[in-house]
Amino acid sequence: MIDFVGDVVAWFLDPVNWVGSGGIVSRTWEHVQISAFSTVAAAAVALPPAIWMGHRRRGGIVAVAVVNIGRAVPSFAIIALALPISIRLGLGLGFWPTFLALFALALPPMFTNTYTGIAEVDPALVEAARGMGMTETQITTRVEIPVAAPVIVTAIRVSAVQVVATATLAALVAWGGLGRFIIDGFAIQDNVMVFAGGLLVAGLAIATELAFAAFERRFVPTTTGRSAGEELLVDVTVAPQHG
Amino acid sequence: MIAQAADQPFVRWDWIVDHVDDIWAATWEHIVLTAIAVGVGFVISLALSMLALRHRRAYGPITWVTGILYTIPSLALFAFLVPITGLTTLTAEIGLVSYTLLILIRNIVAGIDGVPASVRESAVGMGYTRRRLFLEIELPLALPVIVAGIRIAAVTTIGLVTITALIGKGGLGFLILRGLNLFYSPVGTTQIVVGTVMSVILAVAVDLSLVGAERAMTPWSRRRSR
Amino acid sequence: MIELTEVTKRFGGTTAPAVDRLTLTVADGEVVVLVGPSGCGKTTTLKMINRLIEPTSGTISIDGVDVTGLEPHELRRGIGYVIQQIGLFPHRTVRENIATVPRLLGWDRARIERRVRELAETTDLGDDMLDRYPSELSGGQRQRVGVARALAADPPILLMDEPFGAVDPIVRAKLQDELLELQRRLRKTIVLVTHDIDEAIKLGDRVAILSVGGHLEQYAPPEELLRAPANDFVADFLGSDRGIKRLSLIRIADIDLEPGPVVPPGTDVDRARAVMAGYDTDWVAVVDGDRMLGWVTNDGLDGRSTIDGVDLEPFVTRLTPNNTLEEALDAAISSHTAIAAVFDGERFLGMITVERISREIVR
Repeated sequence: MIDFVGDVVAWFLDPVNWVGSGGIVSRTWEHVQISAFSTVAAAAVALPPAIWMGHRRRGGIVAVAVVNIGRAVPSFAIIALALPISIRLGLGLGFWPTFLALFALALPPMFTNTYTGIAEVDPALVEAARGMGMTETQITTRVEIPVAAPVIVTAIRVSAVQVVATATLAALVAWGGLGRFIIDGFAIQDNVMVFAGGLLVAGLAIATELAFAAFERRFVPTTTGRSAGEELLVDVTVAPQHG
Repeated sequence: MIAQAADQPFVRWDWIVDHVDDIWAATWEHIVLTAIAVGVGFVISLALSMLALRHRRAYGPITWVTGILYTIPSLALFAFLVPITGLTTLTAEIGLVSYTLLILIRNIVAGIDGVPASVRESAVGMGYTRRRLFLEIELPLALPVIVAGIRIAAVTTIGLVTITALIGKGGLGFLILRGLNLFYSPVGTTQIVVGTVMSVILAVAVDLSLVGAERAMTPWSRRRSR
Repeated sequence: MIELTEVTKRFGGTTAPAVDRLTLTVADGEVVVLVGPSGCGKTTTLKMINRLIEPTSGTISIDGVDVTGLEPHELRRGIGYVIQQIGLFPHRTVRENIATVPRLLGWDRARIERRVRELAETTDLGDDMLDRYPSELSGGQRQRVGVARALAADPPILLMDEPFGAVDPIVRAKLQDELLELQRRLRKTIVLVTHDIDEAIKLGDRVAILSVGGHLEQYAPPEELLRAPANDFVADFLGSDRGIKRLSLIRIADIDLEPGPVVPPGTDVDRARAVMAGYDTDWVAVVDGDRMLGWVTNDGLDGRSTIDGVDLEPFVTRLTPNNTLEEALDAAISSHTAIAAVFDGERFLGMITVERISREIVR
């Protein structure tokens, strides 16, 4: 056991494992890159309709259905399906199937959490805004979005963390990322590499979570009067699953 | 080889017909892996929840630890366990169980906290002992919230079981992984589709049965005339 | 009999006691109401009786037995308990809710069912109500189920914490009347907490007025409180209209009646007009012994020599000695004569005037 820990430490201390196309630095960059692309793309696609539907307070059933379906489809299955689909679309291996899968995975929680956040803005607030003569667009941009901001940021965080976790599986469709160390380690039965890969992946996921939490604390004012605990409860109920 | 893929069918029905037994075996393994994970997860969660309910100060650390477990990607968790417990069912179950804990504990504690104070006060005022209060009043009233937690935990676990294919288990995930290795051929895509569809059907079926079970167990929450 | 002796309660971390050396005795079969502003410790006091709260010092005994010597849950099974939010079990039917304590006590099924039906009748709940869930009941019905549940094991003592606080005023008045009616038959020992002084006056055989910090300011029957408040706090708490409130507690039988402007048959008109002038009215009633024949206005006497033969009007509003002065005041004012006649059956007893009633208010 002590030997094993020593081996893992030695693996991290070996410069060879850090540099080059298969090194930690480049694998981390691949991981972060694809996660960021997919999350931003999903946000760009999911948020506008979610905000619009939330403003009209219609489509609650759709929102619930979307997240339930999203949760029922395994992320591993989405990755696996993305590969042949990407090939048939002529997009090839690597980046595109991974992107497609992560994008599809990030949409449901982002959509549903945002929808809920907007739809649950105190109706009295909206009525007051309307009574003061705001247009529907002004109500959305100046009242609903600022008030729902914490929930929307939480929605993005939940999806981002999930995307980072699932990007680990990108190694299976010939993209890099930190998952490579684990998948390759399994293949050549190198437990040290597997374990080191696990540490890197877990570290990145937790770092993502913490970065969002820090961002929220610094830039997003609390508007809902929810305690931190209740806010976390929201994540769990609408977060689909991990990769 | 890759270029040919576009001309070939995505799903080969004859493969499905020929492999009904395989599919059923994988589904059954999936069910068993899920049931063990949720069952064991529930027992552990119930114990930890009771601890947290009795000593409020324990709730913070319990959710902190289970929250970290929940954040760690499943593949990373398996990576930590394989050097210790090997490519075994135990490894798979430890991982699967750890993902149920946060969801279940949150819901059990929230459910019991949600029992109206007036109900608890009148029960104690009429002479309920602590044990009977928990078993006969608090637990039944928390049932809808607890079942909501079990539903999320079960559906999440059904999804995660597929990933255990990478450590040699996987149920329907095994079909998906085998298909992924043959992704260029219709036999491969067929297996991916079958694994996915079966796993979604399983998730929906389990979810609906839990909803049904909850409705049967909570007749009071259905009737409301005023 | 419930006896509180020098009971003090300090909550953890606070220096000021919530209840300060309270001594209070509740006799068997009486309704005692604890009333006072918020923070006066009335609910704390109530909850110390069934040990939902443990006193810091002092003793509480029931029929001479110190409650701290009993297992809390055993003690509570022998005391009915009703709270404002009622706390019906939402997952159990009305029948099961009522059966709660009998079940805890391990009664057999048949006995429980008998008892449930009996209580449903006592508290005016229809049989069809028994299989419903609490969510299917109105506020008033829930409150009745709460009372039925508290009475289920026939406990000699009933503790009620703001039992009618959550229902609207009309239902509240009705439930209060029902409780008084129930109490007339059952003769329980009831300790009831309220912040509503009118409720206290209406329901209490004795009322304990507490001030912040659990000081007992006065403990007396409502009529005595209103007539002779012990200090400024009590007088303030009762309100400036306490004289009027008191009218609802005094029965006509308790005061002396006046004969009123009455004359016997055969009286001559001049004499009758003199009687009217004496009472400053424009009418006179004719009474034969203790039989009221009716009344006539001054104008009706014009051109007559005696009272005989005039058209007499009957009295429409007839008070009895059992009516309260509040009801008498209402009758006197609305009769435009400022006088109301009191009868015992057909027997005329006398008259009661607004002036006579106002003398009771200022006393």
